[in-house]
Amino acid sequence: MAYEIEVILNRQLADCLSIPVFITDRKGNLIYYNEPAELILGKRYDDTGEMPATEWSTIFKPMDEEGNGLPPDELPLVKTLMNCKPYHKTFFIENLNGNIEKISVTSYPILGRASTFLGAVALFWDSKDE
Amino acid sequence: MKITIRGVRGSIPTSGPATEKYGGNTSCTDVSAEGWQLVLDAGSGMRNSNTGDRPLNNRIDILLTHLHFDHIQGLGFFNPLFDPTMEVHIWGPASSRQSLHSRLSRYLSPPLFPVHIRDLPCKLTLHEIEKSEFDIGPFHIQTRYVIHPGPTVGFRILHAKKVFTYIPDHEPALGLHGIVADKKWVSGIDLANEADILLHDAQYSKEQYQQRIGWGHSSMDDAVYFASMAGVKKLLLAHHDPGHTDEMLETFAANVANPNGVVFELAAEGMEIDL
Repeated sequence: MAYEIEVILNRQLADCLSIPVFITDRKGNLIYYNEPAELILGKRYDDTGEMPATEWSTIFKPMDEEGNGLPPDELPLVKTLMNCKPYHKTFFIENLNGNIEKISVTSYPILGRASTFLGAVALFWDSKDE
Repeated sequence: MKITIRGVRGSIPTSGPATEKYGGNTSCTDVSAEGWQLVLDAGSGMRNSNTGDRPLNNRIDILLTHLHFDHIQGLGFFNPLFDPTMEVHIWGPASSRQSLHSRLSRYLSPPLFPVHIRDLPCKLTLHEIEKSEFDIGPFHIQTRYVIHPGPTVGFRILHAKKVFTYIPDHEPALGLHGIVADKKWVSGIDLANEADILLHDAQYSKEQYQQRIGWGHSSMDDAVYFASMAGVKKLLLAHHDPGHTDEMLETFAANVANPNGVVFELAAEGMEIDL
């Protein structure tokens, strides 16, 4: 079955953006990520297709300024999936080369016309200069 | 079911010899079976609808894909609405802000129309639809929102194991790379899946579409590709641009890329199909 048009249009928008965008379904399964997001994941969407939440959530190692790991329920996307609200947070992740990078993540729920919760979107902003 | 095309023109009615063959009335299609009658969209072609036998139980169901003017302008000239013995049901897409009644009232009230919707003599019932599934007499109907500005749905109508899909206003190619090859990411594909007949938006030529991306309509090439993906048995190209003459339509249709051999033709006013 095809995704709802609200989800499809988010993907089409993500395709047009130069910032990394991740789109999940209601359960947090990664159903789409754009080309800039491929650089963060180290994987290509054409190769992986969709990824279960358990698989893609372990790729990032989110941490605070002092290098302490952040629990999942403090991450914007997880909070959006739990509460259907937008969130924003700046934190650190370990990149594919093992370096620590400062990023900001903005997440928002995809609420359809009937206010139906259809999934979530996370946008990653490079914050190293902040 | 019997399908009768009453109007296939997009945007605004046209008249004159240049559009005589395919017709100048805006969107309207009758579907009937076992004495029940559906009217899909209420464009100006609606004036020629319901001219035959009285429907079973004096009931008519009008299914609106959306409320752009070319899809509702015929309502004020549809006789059953003014007949107190008739039971009329109008099904239209839900909006997150205003009721269907409120939105229809913007047309069916002065100064745009002399009669208020509340004063229509028929027994009128309004139904808001979205991702819906329901039965009307012998018809089983599925609806989904499709890509077009404002709340817009398409219809998948099942009767006696035959499927007629109606998506007259639709832009599945909206995006950077057009229609995505993965069917899960294509608006309207579930409605059209393996339909016996698909009536689909094909307002533009391939070249014209490049100047009108985001306007909510499809090129003929995209309509054919969409039909190919969905595996439909026959495609009717519809919602003809008001600026396209019969000759232009035939030229555009003759140049459509159709590598998968989709069976298609230009929808024309007055066309009757027994399915």
